[in-house]
Amino acid sequence: MAQDRPTAPELLDAISGFLRNEALPALEGLDARLAFQVKVALNSLAILSREWQRGPQADAAELQRLKALLGRDGDLPTLNAELCRQLRAGERDERNAALMDHLRATIAEKIAIANPRWR
Amino acid sequence: MDGAREGDARSELASGLAKACSRHFGRPVRIAGLFRHSGGASRQTWGFDAIFGDGAVEKLVLRRDPPRAADAPPQNFENSLAIDRATEFAVMRAAGQHGVPAPSMLFIARPDDGVGDGYVMKSVDGTAIARELLRAPRFEHARQRIPGQLGAILAKLHAVPLSALPRLNIGGAESVIATMRRALDTTREPHPVFELALTWLERRMPPMPATPSFVHGDFRTGNYLADESGVTAILDWEIAHLGDPLEDLGWLCVKSWRFGAVDKPAGGFGSREELWDAYEAAGGAKINRDHARWWEILGTARWGVICMTQAWKHLSGAEESMELASIGRRAVETEVDLLELLG
Repeated sequence: MAQDRPTAPELLDAISGFLRNEALPALEGLDARLAFQVKVALNSLAILSREWQRGPQADAAELQRLKALLGRDGDLPTLNAELCRQLRAGERDERNAALMDHLRATIAEKIAIANPRWR
Repeated sequence: MDGAREGDARSELASGLAKACSRHFGRPVRIAGLFRHSGGASRQTWGFDAIFGDGAVEKLVLRRDPPRAADAPPQNFENSLAIDRATEFAVMRAAGQHGVPAPSMLFIARPDDGVGDGYVMKSVDGTAIARELLRAPRFEHARQRIPGQLGAILAKLHAVPLSALPRLNIGGAESVIATMRRALDTTREPHPVFELALTWLERRMPPMPATPSFVHGDFRTGNYLADESGVTAILDWEIAHLGDPLEDLGWLCVKSWRFGAVDKPAGGFGSREELWDAYEAAGGAKINRDHARWWEILGTARWGVICMTQAWKHLSGAEESMELASIGRRAVETEVDLLELLG
């Protein structure tokens, strides 16, 4: 069943606006630790917004790549667990170009959601 | 925690500190200006003024473990090197006596003080806030000096005689890798980049030094205080141990501790060479550059896994904390860096 507006990202925006424009100014100069915690919360809300927009597509693309890389079917947790097993056992390593392409694409999507300003 | 309960906890802490400080100084002490420092997700740091009958004031600091849920599950993946606050107290006092800038250590809290498991030390001038140190105009002169100072301080730190220290665990490259794999297994979140990095590191592991040295274990920007003249005190000794001195030199250069000054590996302030030269000039052992880089790459992976375990403290119910939870989403920063370092 479709929910009424605000949509999830719109709600996240509304919460962020309240924290940034009302809660944070009220706390700054009063309680530095709580003000810092509000900034942490704002950062997490921004992550959720980006995850809402990009997450499903990123997960689907990762799953497709993993199936091709490992040559088998399965869901994301299962295939990632199998890839981890191979890497810990040393069956694949950084010399495998297909592996490195897959990891670069996956990590590029993860950082675009978690912290696009990281460099 | 709601406001009233937090207020109660604060006044309880203040009266506990008054009792403990009065005993230590041998005369009545009143506590004022008690505040909790921001940051320090795994330990609490509280600043306060001890006021004596004649009006004299001492600026002091309490460092303590956060109260834990009584039914908290054991943190079996946590760094096995972690020391308790009494050991940390003794380590800091020994380091200070051997030329490492460290706070003056006053006393260890007693269980019946009601202030938790912690100790009290004198406050030291300076800030630990990396972004301020890296960017504020008033630290311009300090920024020039910090890489050399850190190198010289590490040389002194690694030369602290083991006979001056409490009993510490030995932690080498092998045990760090094992601890990280255990953490990955405990959280059961597959992280292919960390697995790739750990296998890469294991295949190139430098040999353990014949005689292990005193190692700080968390020597990085954000964990020392500095003022306009440079470094004033080394803090955060909670995983001090015996091991390879290059561990500290590598950890300091991990990209996460440059706080955006990515082209300055020495903690965001200078080059690796500046740091290494100052270390050797101050009497530190000759540095094997390849091994120092190996420890930097290990440190990068280690910070990533620590991000996961910090989040796990919240997720497992051991310690409810939004801040800890949010650190979990920082692990990917080190995955980006590792792919660059290994690719």
